[in-house]
Amino acid sequence: MARRVFAITLWPGLIAAALVVALTLGTLGAVALRAETFSALSHFDWLAVRFTVVQAFLSALLSVLFAIPAARALARRSFPGRGLLITLLGAPFILPTIVAILGLTAVFGKSGFVSVVLSWAGLEPISIYGFHGVVLAHVFFNLPLATRLLLQGWGAIPAERFRLASSLHFGPKDVFRHIELPMLRDIVPGAFTVILLICTTSFAVALTFGGGPKATTVELAIYEAFRYDFNLGKASLLALIQVLICALAVVLSLKFRVPQMGWGGLNRVVQRFDARTVPTRILDLFWIVVVSLFLLAPLLAIALRGAAGITDLPASVWQAALRSLITALGSAFFAILMSLALALSALRWRGLEVIGMSSIAASPLVMGTGLYIVLFAITDPADWALPITALVNAVMSMPFILRALGPALTGAERDYGRLSDSLGLTGLSRVRLVFLPRLRVPMGFSAGLAAALSMGDLGVITLFARPEAATLPLQIYRLMGSYRMDQAMGAALLLLGLSLTLFYIFDLWGKRSA
Amino acid sequence: MLELQSIRLTQGEFTLSADCVIPLGSRVAVIGPSGAGKSTLLSLIGGFEEPDTGRLLWNEQDLTETLPHERPISHLFQDNNLFAHMTAAQNVGLGIRPNLRLSKAEQTRVSEALSAVGLAGMEARRPAELSGGQQSRVALARVLVQEKPLILLDEPFSALGPAMRGEMIGLAKEVSAKLGATMLMVTHDIADVDRFADLVIWIEDGRCLPPRDWAEMKADPPEGLKAYIGT
Repeated sequence: MARRVFAITLWPGLIAAALVVALTLGTLGAVALRAETFSALSHFDWLAVRFTVVQAFLSALLSVLFAIPAARALARRSFPGRGLLITLLGAPFILPTIVAILGLTAVFGKSGFVSVVLSWAGLEPISIYGFHGVVLAHVFFNLPLATRLLLQGWGAIPAERFRLASSLHFGPKDVFRHIELPMLRDIVPGAFTVILLICTTSFAVALTFGGGPKATTVELAIYEAFRYDFNLGKASLLALIQVLICALAVVLSLKFRVPQMGWGGLNRVVQRFDARTVPTRILDLFWIVVVSLFLLAPLLAIALRGAAGITDLPASVWQAALRSLITALGSAFFAILMSLALALSALRWRGLEVIGMSSIAASPLVMGTGLYIVLFAITDPADWALPITALVNAVMSMPFILRALGPALTGAERDYGRLSDSLGLTGLSRVRLVFLPRLRVPMGFSAGLAAALSMGDLGVITLFARPEAATLPLQIYRLMGSYRMDQAMGAALLLLGLSLTLFYIFDLWGKRSA
Repeated sequence: MLELQSIRLTQGEFTLSADCVIPLGSRVAVIGPSGAGKSTLLSLIGGFEEPDTGRLLWNEQDLTETLPHERPISHLFQDNNLFAHMTAAQNVGLGIRPNLRLSKAEQTRVSEALSAVGLAGMEARRPAELSGGQQSRVALARVLVQEKPLILLDEPFSALGPAMRGEMIGLAKEVSAKLGATMLMVTHDIADVDRFADLVIWIEDGRCLPPRDWAEMKADPPEGLKAYIGT
């Protein structure tokens, strides 16, 4: 049998795995012990359950539905700015939710751009609050994701197949039926369930655009039970229901091959012979323009309106920004340390990686509820608001980090494992001299990702923070709530700038000596 | 001497068996058809594979249970002999201290080893800035500083052209002579064997025949070898 060389000790990975399990399953246990019986749920709570499921289905459906023509247009057209647009499609992932929410308000809100145009035409202004606002925001976040996933699907179709189609005189409809539809059948169900899962755990969007009996998600109901009634028993019961919904969505996604989000390989345009007719050109142009506008208009609105407000920000905003920055850096540090420990140990025990990935199906708000219950028994949870936020965010970003580090690490071991073993490169020397140099690029990217995600977090922090100790996203939410929109926009621009800068600096650090 | 005592190693359908003695200071070529078990034999001696039964002895000392780096062995693998992100000096230095914290004297040894293989002044080059032949030289310089009495070469020069390969085999011979080391080399080129070996181990279907004098074996080849050479 092949000898297994135990070059790396397991315990750092085991500690990291134990921490992840404590935060996912452990908090769940705390919640379960505290939960009331189902009879404690009001009619209002059941409406929240229904709304959560319905809005998630609708959001996922619309995202995928619009992504199909958009991805097809991107796949078969080459135009200036195409690469930039594809990069922008990845941006909503690290875009702070509250920034997007403000941007959407500036475009689709009551005094937003669309309403202004409507009132010129003598029509009623539209409102972004309620059911359709929640769905709109979810589509804003997930349409780009769906488009990228489908674009990968198109990219994976061999170019020869389109050449064959052309030699067989296929029209666009034949190409769709014989080439594109089979690919879509393979990818769409997975993309749909991933987005469904993301939308069931949506909190910040429901917090701002939702509310009331018609538009409250379970996550929002947890927050309200917590914040308004301080009813931990009910919050816990709702948390269990949330976990149940997530679990169902995960089971659903297991039935399909979930597409893996890559970060490259989207730059190829396949030469298409069937799409040269004028109607298909107009169609593609239409979708490219619509998607670009939908993505860019809210961001532009933030940039324009925020630039006016950013000079006039109160000191509380700057203090909040500092708190967020510290939290983000701490979170990135935790996330990298834990992911690295897990990924190294996973070279020996594959199962550890699965544990690290498990938080992808967890709800940060449920984690927060569980942690609050545990801490509440010992101390004042509000004292721990920032460390807890950093830790929960770190665990939430681990699935993405592990996916970036894993292949680089197995590659290093495949290439250099024997050489390192023969030279006696074990333990820390192995990590320092063999693994870290190979991991620099994905580590820079991952740290940037973790920092940006934590910087923009508006979840756990809402449960824990004292009014005078808010993070920047929470502060923006409060400014919004007190209708100080210009300041909110200015602060949002600041948050956007800080998030992107953090990501950019870390990513650049990784690539610098590559 | 290196002793393989009734060694058997099974990997799925494949079984390698070896029972032979390799004298100290000899240069042994390991030849045989692809899939015969040449690389497996070297992996086993190197400590990357563990035999199901049998023992591996070096000068009466039992190596069977030891880890690769605890064995008195330097390796040259088929590829990835150098870390791409390290300089030539660092790649050689690993042979002295795996944590690369080298003293002044040790750094001088590294430079001397690089000069000995014809790479004087190239300490700071990275593998990407070196030709294929120069990369092989760096790996040989590391073998030189490792000062191990047994050197295993698993077709390390197979990506080089014939002239360069001849040159590298000559250099490998020099290195082993300098260290007084025993050397085993896997190859599938009879010209390499002519240049390099005094003894030859023929492997076929996982059966490893005891080493024989190369001139003798050529005069009276086993059945498989005849077909392999195509004479």
